[in-house]
Amino acid sequence: MQNNFIVSTSPHIHTKESTSKIMWLVVLSLIPAGIAGIWIFGKSALWVIILGISAAVITEGVLQLLTKRKLTIFDGSAILTGLLLAYNLPPKVPFWLPIAGSFFAIAIGKQIFGGLGQNIFNPALVGRVFLMASWPKYMTAFTKPFDAITQATPLAALREGKILENISYLDLFLGKRGGCIGEVCILALLLGAAFLLIRGYISWHIPVTYIATTGIFVYVFAGKALFSGDWLFHILSGGLILGAFFMATDYVTSPLTRKGQIIFGIGCGILTAVIRLWGGYPEGVSYAILMMNAATPIIDRYTKNRVYGTR
Amino acid sequence: MKKYFAEFTKGIIKENPTFVLALGLCPTLAVSVSLINGIGMGIAATFVLLGSNIIISLIKNFIPDRIRIPCFIVVIATFVTIAEMTMKAYSPVLDRALGIYVPLIVVNCIVLGRAEAFAQKSSVLNSLLDGLGMGVGFTLALLLISGIREFLGAGKLLGHGIFKGFEPVFVLGMPSGALLVIGLLLGFFNLLKNRKT
Repeated sequence: MQNNFIVSTSPHIHTKESTSKIMWLVVLSLIPAGIAGIWIFGKSALWVIILGISAAVITEGVLQLLTKRKLTIFDGSAILTGLLLAYNLPPKVPFWLPIAGSFFAIAIGKQIFGGLGQNIFNPALVGRVFLMASWPKYMTAFTKPFDAITQATPLAALREGKILENISYLDLFLGKRGGCIGEVCILALLLGAAFLLIRGYISWHIPVTYIATTGIFVYVFAGKALFSGDWLFHILSGGLILGAFFMATDYVTSPLTRKGQIIFGIGCGILTAVIRLWGGYPEGVSYAILMMNAATPIIDRYTKNRVYGTR
Repeated sequence: MKKYFAEFTKGIIKENPTFVLALGLCPTLAVSVSLINGIGMGIAATFVLLGSNIIISLIKNFIPDRIRIPCFIVVIATFVTIAEMTMKAYSPVLDRALGIYVPLIVVNCIVLGRAEAFAQKSSVLNSLLDGLGMGVGFTLALLLISGIREFLGAGKLLGHGIFKGFEPVFVLGMPSGALLVIGLLLGFFNLLKNRKT
């Protein structure tokens, strides 16, 4: 099982796996995080998820009908995009925000390029960045867990120079903090990620190098002196875990070879840490992954596997 | 008569400077934030195109081939200066909004492109019609782009709010939005062209 689904250069071996099955399994592995998000933030989070998914599926269907392409709305990829986008939104946003984001993600992020497998950038992140640039007011209005009071995310509070004494690492790990719907509960995310890793649908190369690089970078540079940064806080807060396991590992937009994936992960890690520490936004995961998506073709070009028998 | 008409209309659709020739994209990207900017830029560029095309076509037999570009630039710069001073005198608000992009019409690829590709080898009447058509085509393209960007990016048209409660798509007012809108429109017009043939 482990080695049957490695995307690589030829020769290939055929299995019963299909794109659709993988997409649905990734959706399945994301469900715990969604349940945790709904439990933490209440019913409005469920609405954001439902609206995000339905808008993504409808957009995909309408565009495929308009361009007279094969209708593939049930292969799970549009549902996954809508789900991931919704996970990247704050729990209390106006109802049209996930709809606009999903529309942009599918229309501009995916179908414009020719549909699944052709897109350069991760569609869900394209949608999120579009929303972030268009309606920053709503995209940064986070609510407190189990409450309707607005509260900054730990990373945003850190940026403003406030010290978060009342949030422990355990709170961060279980998701008792302000944040996007799907990113808060690290425990649930790790459950889903473990499932994908054990079944071999994603490899450890991107997530581990990504998270480790961010951790090391933050440890070295974020503290008052060198080598004293709070690396655990940075790993557990923000969208790092969600991004590293579920979005940086997108087959379409990440490098094909192991070597390339390690470069990709390290690049994402450095960019995330740099944006978090010195950039204009408190969180940099989505921008880091998108930038490395743009670098993926060139990484692939320089990390081709050696063809057997050649130099 | 029909031939002259074709000379005029080709700049509007078949050889639209923005969507077909893809010339003069930098001022298009930069100033198309609002409709009034688009109108101002379009009129100024049309004026310059018209004037430079006529003059260059008039003096085409006296321009030595080797130094034709400097000669064109001198003619174009003259008209740009006229346009800039007129705008400064009669519409300082617009002048401030367009900023550096009015003097930069001198290096607008459309103006020099038409001088090089058309006016220096065509009759005065044809050059006049060509300049006018290209100018109108450029203005219409700017109107379309800036209209879309102002409407969606700021929720306004000509500075007046349209809907109450409409939340503007802020990104369209930013430079990245200009690239997005122009890219999508270019794709759309290419699609129409491919459909026809």
